[in-house]
Formats: sequence, C-alpha cells, structure tokens
Amino acid sequence: MSIAAKANTIWQYANPKKFLATSERVLPFFWATAAICLVVGLVWGFFFTPDDFRQGSTVKIIYLHVPSALMAINCWLMMLVTSLVWLVRRHHVSALAARAAAPIGVVMTLIALVTGAIWGQPMWGTWWAWDPRLTSFLILFLFYLGYIALWEAIEDPDTAADLTSVLCLVGSVFAILSRYAVNFWNQGLHQGASVMRAGAVTGTDTTEKVSNVFFYPLFLCIIGFVLLFIALVLYRTGTEIRARRIRALLARERAGA
Amino acid sequence: MIALLFRDLKLAMRAGGGFGLGLVFFLIVTTLVPFAVGPQSDLLASIAPGVLWLGALLACLLSLDRLLALDWEDGTLDLLATAPLPLEAVVSVKALAHWITTGLPLVLAAPVFGVLLNLPGPGFFWLVVSLAVGTPALSVVGTFGAALTVGLKRGGLLLSLLVLPLYVPTLIFGAEVARRGAQGMETGTPLLMLGGITLATIALLPFASAAVLRVNLR
Repeated sequence: MSIAAKANTIWQYANPKKFLATSERVLPFFWATAAICLVVGLVWGFFFTPDDFRQGSTVKIIYLHVPSALMAINCWLMMLVTSLVWLVRRHHVSALAARAAAPIGVVMTLIALVTGAIWGQPMWGTWWAWDPRLTSFLILFLFYLGYIALWEAIEDPDTAADLTSVLCLVGSVFAILSRYAVNFWNQGLHQGASVMRAGAVTGTDTTEKVSNVFFYPLFLCIIGFVLLFIALVLYRTGTEIRARRIRALLARERAGA
Repeated sequence: MIALLFRDLKLAMRAGGGFGLGLVFFLIVTTLVPFAVGPQSDLLASIAPGVLWLGALLACLLSLDRLLALDWEDGTLDLLATAPLPLEAVVSVKALAHWITTGLPLVLAAPVFGVLLNLPGPGFFWLVVSLAVGTPALSVVGTFGAALTVGLKRGGLLLSLLVLPLYVPTLIFGAEVARRGAQGMETGTPLLMLGGITLATIALLPFASAAVLRVNLR
C-alpha cells in the first residue's frame, strides 16, 4: 500500500498525534450537536408530548431510559471492536479508546437500570423484578465492573490492554450466552422491542409500537445520546493519550536525572 | 501431559487443603442455609437444588486463586511455557486437575448434602447429573480467570469479580436441571444446553487462557 493511499484510510488515526488533532477539531461540533439534540429532544419530550392514556406522565422516562440502554449495549460493542483492533493491529489509540469507553458504558447501564426502576415502580408495582431484560442488564453491569477493575489492577499498560481485550472478547460471548440463558430461565414483564423494530418506523407494522408522537422526540434523544457518547469517548481517549505521554515524559526525566 | 496431571494431583493431595477444603466449604454453606432461611422442610426442599448448585459454584471459586499462582511463584509456569508441550494443553491439564480435585468430590458428595436440605427423591439423580455435566465448565472458566489474574499481587478478589459473571449461564442451566428434576419435570432441554456450554468452553476457552497466560509470562 502506498503512503498516499494510506492517508485516506481510517488507520491514520492510529497515530495519536493525528487522532488528537482531528478529535480536537471535531469535538466542539459533537458537543454542540449533542447538546442541541438532547435539549430539544428532552424539552420536546417532557413538555410538548401528551401523557399516555394508560401510563400517564411516567411514559416520559422513555426519553432517558431507551437511549441510555441502547448506548450501554453499543458501548460494549464499540469496546469489542476496538479490542479486536488492538489485538490484531496493535494500535495504542484503539486500546485507550476501549479503556476510555468502559466507564461511560457503566454510567449508561446504571442510568438505564435506575430509570427503569423508577418507571417500573408505578407501572409494574415493583422497583425490581427478575425479568430477563433487567437481569441481563445487571449482568452487563457486572461485566463492565470486572473489565474496569482489571484495567485498574494491572500496572503495565500493554499487558493491561492485552488482558482486558481478551476478557472483552470472552466476556462478549458469555454476555450473549447469559442473555439467552436468562431468557430461558424466566419470562418477564418488560415489553418486547417496540422502538427500532423494522416496520415500526415506516408504519407498515400494525402491531404494538411506540406512537409517532413519542417517537420523534425519542429519536432525537437517541441521536443526542449517540453524539454525546462519541464526544465523551473522543474526549476521554484524548485524556488517556495525554496521561500516557506525561508518564513517558516523567519516566524519561527520571532516567536522565 | 499425563505426567503433569499426576504431578498436579499429587501436589493437591499432599499439600493439604486441595481435596478437603472445597468439600468442607460446601458443607458449611449447606449448614448455614437453614440458619439463614429457617428450618421448614418444605421451604428447604424447594430451594435445595439452587442452594446446592450455588454452594458447589462457590466451592469451585474458592480454590481457583491457587490454581496457577503457586506454579507462577516458584517459576514452574515459565518452565512449562518453554516446554515442548503447548500452553493450551498445559491449561487444559490444569483445569482437569482442578476438576478432579474440586469438581468431582463435589459431585460425589452432593447427594449427602441434598439429604441435609431435604431434597425431594427424584432430585438426587438429576442433581448429580447436572453437577457432573456442569462442573467441568466451572473449572475451565475458572482457569481462564486464574490465567488472567495470575500476575497480580492481590488477584483473589478480582478473580471472583471476573469469573462470577462468566458462571451465570452454567449456573442458570445447571440449577434449572436440578430444579426440574426435583419437581419431576422434563429436564432434556436445559441439560442439553448445559452440556453444550461445557463442551464449548472445553473446546475454546483453553486458547484464550493460554493467550492471556503468554501475555502474563512476557
């Protein structure tokens, strides 16, 4: 591959300098659009949509619950991809991005669990039920905690990146396995997929789905959460790169002195 | 491989605490449960399969941090890594030795503890079957966790945190087999799933364990 061709691939961002320069340029855009989407989506959702005829105003938790749950899963997917990239191509930025994403994933999982509990209390009459979806989210939360704990426990950064990447791969398989095991184990209260299902968006699907009145602000909130997630990951990865640099500089100084 | 297996077994036998400790732990857990939930025999009967599975799982977990750590400390692992035997085979043998010293005694002793918890009659057979099928998976997954944390100074607690979520599918299907068996229901589906998980972990996880062990030995 020639250098000119290489400059146009995604791999050029494996260079930390290039990554930092580009991410600093695009970050304000992501922050701004995320803020706009979230503010518009949440205000629209909270104040300008009707109450559900059965659920009343509690239905509005959906604007936080669904996007955060979506991002909690997608965050793990992103960590899986970056872990694979690290294992295959040994790009440090990739490993650092996985590390940077994990705490965001934990927070998203926690938001989904807590808003779910707040929503479940008036609707199902209970804060918590051992429903398959709730349970698999709790398990996902545990996976995140273990992953972060392993990162924190290992001193050598390359060893830590290797071990956590393998853990992420193995953990993904077991997370999916747990999802189906849990489904088998208990049938639950939580409704099925009703937002992103094919047909629900185009309106051809006439079965139970989220009404368009709720769907538009919800879609805006989802986009806002995605943008917020991207911005946070870029920002935190930048921080990790700088922290790594500082450590390298300190080590060099100590070696020189 | 066989020499390594016998070496591990001998070490576990002679060093003390290998064979017995897991069993005693299992016994203590089973003894404590009635204190915690009350001695009503029908209540105990209904929770017995789950409690016995949980006890077996915790007893397995207890011995994991010694699984590779001793060989790591005295340098045996370095020798094994440079030996002609592939590291995948080494971790498989380690897992097998762990199962023989921990899993197998638990399987054999489980019916006795079942009596303590008033396990219904048909449950004994299925409890033993489910534990026999499921505990190898616990050992193999545990070996992976032990390989991940072998280089850490205080790996024990972290090991539990990493391994326990990985035990979820095995526990669900294993306890389901025992529970259905105890209630006289059909056990085919969960038993097949449990066997599938065990076989898949035996087939695939040693590669991951060996990979992380190589990283740790670097």
